[in-house]
Amino acid sequence: MNKTWNNKAWFMVLPVLLLVAFNAVIPLMTVVNYSVQETFGNNLFFFEGVKWFREVLHSDRFHDSLLRQLFFTGTILAIEIPLGVIIALAMPRQGIWVPVCLVLMALPLLVPWNVVGAMWNIFALPDIGLMGYSINALGIDFNFTRQPVSAWFTVIIMDVWHWTSLVVLLAYAGLRSIPDAYYQAARIDSASAWAVFRYIQLPKMKRVLTIAVLLRFMDSFMIYTEPFVLTGGGPGNTTTILSIDLVKAALGEFNLGIAAAMSIIYFLMTLLVCWVFYSAMMRGEDE
Amino acid sequence: MARIEFDRIRHAYMANPQTEADYALKELSMTWEDGGAYALLGPSGCGKTTLLNIISGLLHPSGGAIRFDGADVTNLSTQARNIAQVFQFPVIYDTMTVRENLAFPLKNRGVPRDEISRRVADTLRIIDLEDKADRRARRLTADEKQKISLGRGLVRSDVNAILFDEPLTVIDPHMKWQLRSKLKELHQRFAFTMIYVTHDQTEALTFADKVVVMYEGEVVQTGTPAELFQKPKHTFVGYFIGSPGMNVLPCEVSGKTATVGGNKVKLPVGAPKDAKTLEVGIRPEFITLTGGKTGIPVKVSRVEDIGRFRIVHADLAGKEIAATLPEGSEVPASPRAVFDPANVNLYADSWLVEAKG
Repeated sequence: MNKTWNNKAWFMVLPVLLLVAFNAVIPLMTVVNYSVQETFGNNLFFFEGVKWFREVLHSDRFHDSLLRQLFFTGTILAIEIPLGVIIALAMPRQGIWVPVCLVLMALPLLVPWNVVGAMWNIFALPDIGLMGYSINALGIDFNFTRQPVSAWFTVIIMDVWHWTSLVVLLAYAGLRSIPDAYYQAARIDSASAWAVFRYIQLPKMKRVLTIAVLLRFMDSFMIYTEPFVLTGGGPGNTTTILSIDLVKAALGEFNLGIAAAMSIIYFLMTLLVCWVFYSAMMRGEDE
Repeated sequence: MARIEFDRIRHAYMANPQTEADYALKELSMTWEDGGAYALLGPSGCGKTTLLNIISGLLHPSGGAIRFDGADVTNLSTQARNIAQVFQFPVIYDTMTVRENLAFPLKNRGVPRDEISRRVADTLRIIDLEDKADRRARRLTADEKQKISLGRGLVRSDVNAILFDEPLTVIDPHMKWQLRSKLKELHQRFAFTMIYVTHDQTEALTFADKVVVMYEGEVVQTGTPAELFQKPKHTFVGYFIGSPGMNVLPCEVSGKTATVGGNKVKLPVGAPKDAKTLEVGIRPEFITLTGGKTGIPVKVSRVEDIGRFRIVHADLAGKEIAATLPEGSEVPASPRAVFDPANVNLYADSWLVEAKG
C-alpha cells in the first residue's frame, strides 16, 4: 500500500498534543524535575542525580507504607470481587425489581469521596456512631481512633461499602449478556448450578471481571480522600498508605525531592501492574 | 427413542389468557412417530419454538398432557425427559476442549469414566471431529460448533428425541448442505426421532419425511412434501410452500362451478353452505397460457426468467396471478389462462373443501 505523506497532518494532532501536554506531561515533568534536584529555598536548585530515588527505595518508612498499601488493596480485592459476583448472581434477571436493585446498587457510587469518609467517621465513632456503639454494645472493645485493628476494619468495610457496587454492576452486565440458550442447553445437559457457574457464567464474565479487578486495583492503589478523612493515617502510622504518606512528605514536611521521587516510583508501580495485567489478559484472549 | 404424543396441548405466555388469540400455541393433539424425521415449518412467531420447548420441557404447557411412549411426562423436568436440543446459535462450553464438551452431559449424569471415554470417542467419529478433539471449542468455526452441540445430544445414546431449533441459521451456505446431509445420514443410521424447526421451506422439504406447517399458533397441515404441494389444506400452506406460492382467487360458487371474474372454472367439489368467503386456489405450475379460444383472458404485466422456467405475472379480472411458462416457449399474443381441472382447489374460509367419501 502506498502511504500518502502530508506533513500538514501533524497540525491535526496538535490540539490533542496540547491537551495531553497541559493535563499530564507538563505536571509530570515538574515532578520529575523536583525528583532529581535539591533546593534550599529562594528558588535555587542543585542537581542531585538519583539520590532521592535511592533514599526512598531504602527507607523503612516507604517500605512500610507500601506493605500497608498492598495489604489494603489485596484485602479489598479479595472481598469485593467475590462479593460483587455473588450479589450480581442473586439479582433478579427480569421484572420490576431490576431497576430498583440497579438504583440501590448505584447509590454508594454517587456519594462524593470526602462525604463517604465523613459518614463512616461518624458512623464508626464508639460513643455516638451507630456502628461503633453497636459493636461496643456487643461486648467487643472497638475504637478506630485508638486501635489499629478497629481502624483497619473500618477503612476496609468503608471501601467495600463504597465500591462493591461497581463490581456488582459490571458482573451483572456480564451475566445479562449470556443468551438464554446457554442456560437451556445446560438444563438439557443436566448441569448442576455449580457447573453452570463454573462453565458458563464465570467464563462469560471473565472479561468484565478483569476490568473490575483492574479498576479496583488502580483506584484502591491511589485512594486518598476516604482514609484521610476517616483515620488520617492513624492511629500513629498504622493506616498510612502510600498516598497519605506521600502527601505527608510533600505538604507536611516539604521534602520535595523525596516526595517527587516517591510519586514517580508510585506512578511506575501502578503503570507496571496495569501493563502486566493487561498483557496477561490479552494473552488469555488469544489462546 | 420414543413416540411423542400431544394430548390437547396449548400454551399462553400471559398469566390469564382470555381469548383464543392469547395463546401462542392453540390446542393441539398429534403424535410424533418413533424414528420419524419431522420438520416444523412456519413464519417467525408462529409458535414453532414454543412447541419445541414444550417437548424438551423448557416450557410447561398451560394445558394438556405430553406423553413419551404412553408415559405422562408433562410435569417432568428437562433433565428427566432425556431430550437433546440443538439451538439456533451454537452453544458450546468455551473453556472446554471438544472432547470435554462431549463428555459434559455424561459426567453430569454420573456415567462411569471408561464408558464416557468410549462413547465420546464414538461420537467424535460420527460428527467428524476426531482430529480436533483436544482443541479448545471456542476456536472452531460455526458449523463445527453446531456439530458439537449435536454431538452432546448423540453422546447420550438413550435420548428420546433430538430437537433442532433453526440450527443452520448461522452456518455458511456451502456448509449448510453438508450439515443437512450429515443429519439425514445420521437419521438413516440411528433412526432418531428428529424434530427440526425452520422457516426455510427448502430445508424442511429436503430434511423431513413429514412436514408440519404452523401458522399463528396452529398446526394447519401435517403431510409429506408432495401432499403439501398438491393439496394444501389451508391457503397459508399454499402461499408458504412453493415458489411462487399458490394463486388464491376470490370466487362465487354454484353447484360444482366457480365464477372467477365472470369466467367459469370447474371444481372437484361444491361449496359448503355456511362459508363466509370462498376462494379458488391453483398453483402457478398448473396454469397454462395459450393463445387459443378457451380459458380466461389475462393481461401479462411482467415475466421473470429464473432459469429452468419463466414466471409470468398477469392480471386476471383485477387480481394478480402467477403462471409458469416452460423454457423456450413464448408468451402468446392474446393470452388465456387454462386451469388444470385436477389441481384446482376450493377454499372456504381459508380451509380446503375436501370431497366427501
